[in-house]
Amino acid sequence: MKDDAVSQPHSIPVYKQLETAPMPATDAIEPEVVIVGGGPVGLTLALDLGQKGYRVTVLSRFDFIAAGSKAICFAKRSLDILDRLGVARRMIDKGVIWNLGKVFNGDAQDPLYQFDMLPVKDQKNPGFINIQQYYVEEYLVDALADCPNVDLRWGHEVIGLEPQDVGAKVIVQCAEGEYAISAPWVIAGDGSKSPMRHMLGLDFEGRVFEDNFLIADVKFTEERPSERWFWFDPPFNGAGSALLHKQPDDVWRLDFQLGWDIDREAAILPENVEPYVRGMIGDDVEFEEEWYSVYTFQCRRMRNFVHGRVIFVGDAAHLVSPFGARGCNGGIADADNLAWKLDLVLKGDATDHLIDSYDYEAITTADENILNSTRSTDFMTPKSLISQVFRDAVLDLAKDHEFARPFVNSGRLSTPVSYPQSPLITQDGDPWKGGVAPGSPALDAVLGDGWLLEQLDGQFVLLTNGNNAVANIGVDGLRVLNVAELEGSEAVIDRYELVPGSAYLFRPDQYVAARWQSPTSQDVQRAFDIARGAPNARHN
Amino acid sequence: MPATIDTSARIARPDDMYQMLIDAHAGLDDQASAKLNAKLILLLANHIGEADILAQAIDIARNGSPSTIDQEIAS
Repeated sequence: MKDDAVSQPHSIPVYKQLETAPMPATDAIEPEVVIVGGGPVGLTLALDLGQKGYRVTVLSRFDFIAAGSKAICFAKRSLDILDRLGVARRMIDKGVIWNLGKVFNGDAQDPLYQFDMLPVKDQKNPGFINIQQYYVEEYLVDALADCPNVDLRWGHEVIGLEPQDVGAKVIVQCAEGEYAISAPWVIAGDGSKSPMRHMLGLDFEGRVFEDNFLIADVKFTEERPSERWFWFDPPFNGAGSALLHKQPDDVWRLDFQLGWDIDREAAILPENVEPYVRGMIGDDVEFEEEWYSVYTFQCRRMRNFVHGRVIFVGDAAHLVSPFGARGCNGGIADADNLAWKLDLVLKGDATDHLIDSYDYEAITTADENILNSTRSTDFMTPKSLISQVFRDAVLDLAKDHEFARPFVNSGRLSTPVSYPQSPLITQDGDPWKGGVAPGSPALDAVLGDGWLLEQLDGQFVLLTNGNNAVANIGVDGLRVLNVAELEGSEAVIDRYELVPGSAYLFRPDQYVAARWQSPTSQDVQRAFDIARGAPNARHN
Repeated sequence: MPATIDTSARIARPDDMYQMLIDAHAGLDDQASAKLNAKLILLLANHIGEADILAQAIDIARNGSPSTIDQEIAS
C-alpha cells in the first residue's frame, strides 16, 4: 500500500516469531506453485490453493509477522473472499465493524457529508471491518496449518529468478545456505519494492505524490462511535487533512498530512507526534504509542502482471494511496481472481489462455483503484492553484447545498470492481431491468437459514429458478442451485430478478459470468466454456 | 445521442446579465474571485446536470470551436 515508509529505522518490530524452516532435502518433490512473499495477499492465495489440494511452497524472507498495524480496513468483498476460505469469522469477531464515514471541514462540529459503505442491508458480512494487518496474517497462517500440502518457509529469501519455458526456477537463501526450487507457476507477492520485479528488470508506470503523511496508531480508552472520521483543514493540523479510525484493542488510527519539506526521521519521534495526537483527542486523554510511521505514496502499476509463468499480485504489481483502503483489498482481489484460474489450468481443465484473463481483470481492478485513489489524493491535496480553488469552493458549498456533498472526496472506499468487458464474460442477450450484471460480483442475500454467498463456494454454480432446460438437463461440471426447490429464497429471487425460467452462471470467485431469462443448455455450455477461457468458445 | 450545447443567443437582456457577472466580483481579490467563479461553475453544472454539455462547453472554452460536436455528428 504505502511506499517508502519510515518507521523504526533500525529493526522491524515483531508481532509474532515464526519457526524458521530448515533447508529442504535435495530430493524434495517439486511444488505446483511457488508463492514469493508471506503477506496477506500471498497467504490468501496459498490458502485458496492449499484448500484445493495443491502442493504450494511459500517463501518469505522474514521469520516473523511484523507488528506494524499497516493495512487496517478490510472491505466487504475481502471478507466475502476470506469467508469462503474460512477465515473471515475470526476477523469479524476480533475486528471493529463499521459502515459509516463522516467528513468534517475546518472547526465545524457537524459533518459536512457522510456515506454508508453497506447501502444494501441484509448481507452476511459488514461493509467494512478494521483490524490490524498482523491479526489477518496470523489467522491465515493458523488456517494454513490445516493444509499439510502447503509448505511455509519462513526465513527463506529469494535471491535469483530464472524464467523457464513452462515454469520458473527461484534461487533461495536460507540460514543454512542456498538452494534452487522450480515450479510450473511462480507468484510474486513480495510487496511494493518487489525484488522479483527487479529481477525481471521490470518497473512501475504512474504517478508519485510529493506529500508526507504521519500514521500515529495510539492506544487510549474512550467511547467514540466506530465510524471513519475525516477532516479537511482541522484547527489541529495546519498542514492539511486528518483521519481518525478505530481498531481492535482500543487502538486508534490517527493520520495527519504533513506536507512535503519535512524531516521524516524527526517526524516520528514521540515528542513530535504528541502535539498532533493531543490536538485531535484533547489534553486530558491518556494515550500510549502503538506504531508511528511516516509515509509517502504512489499510484502506479506494472504494465503487465503476467510474465510467462511468473505472475505478480498485490503491492508487487500495483500501488495506490491509502485513502480508500484499496491496497490490501485490491491485493486480496488479485489472489481471489488468480486462485481458481490456476486451479483449472493445473487440473488440465483450461489452458494458459485463462491466465491471460488474470492480466486483463486484475489490471482493470488496479486501474479503477488507482483512478479512485488518485482522484481522492488530488482532492485532499490539490496540486495547483485552480485545483485548490475548486476544492475549497466544493467544501464551502457543501455546508448548505446537498448537490456539492457528493463531490467531497476524502477517499472512495474499496468496493469490488466489475469487468463487464472481460473476455470471460458473456454479455446480456435478454433485457434486464435489475439484478446483477455479468462481470460484477454476486450480491449477497438471505437464503433459507444461511446466505447465498455460502452456496457460491469456489465452484462454477448455475443459479436457476425452476423449469428451464438447464435445471432439468444439467451441464457437465456445473453445480445447479435451483431456488424453486429451496425454502426462504425470496430475497435471492428479488435481488437477482430471478423470474421463473431464468438463470445466472457464477464463476468460482462469485462473479456473474452470464445470465439468461430462458436459457438452453447450449447457451449455458457456451458461457461456461467462455468463462473457462476456451479460446474458440465464442465462435461455436 | 448525447445532448448538444445550445450556442445560439438565448439571453433577453445580454448587457444586464454580463454586468451581473462583473458586479458579482466587486471588491474581491484574485483568489476570492477565482473561488466565486468555481462556485458558479459548480452550481450551473449541477443545474444543467449533463456531463455531455459540460464536456462541450469545456471544449469550446478551451479550443474556441466545438470540435468534439462535429466529430460526434460526423460519426
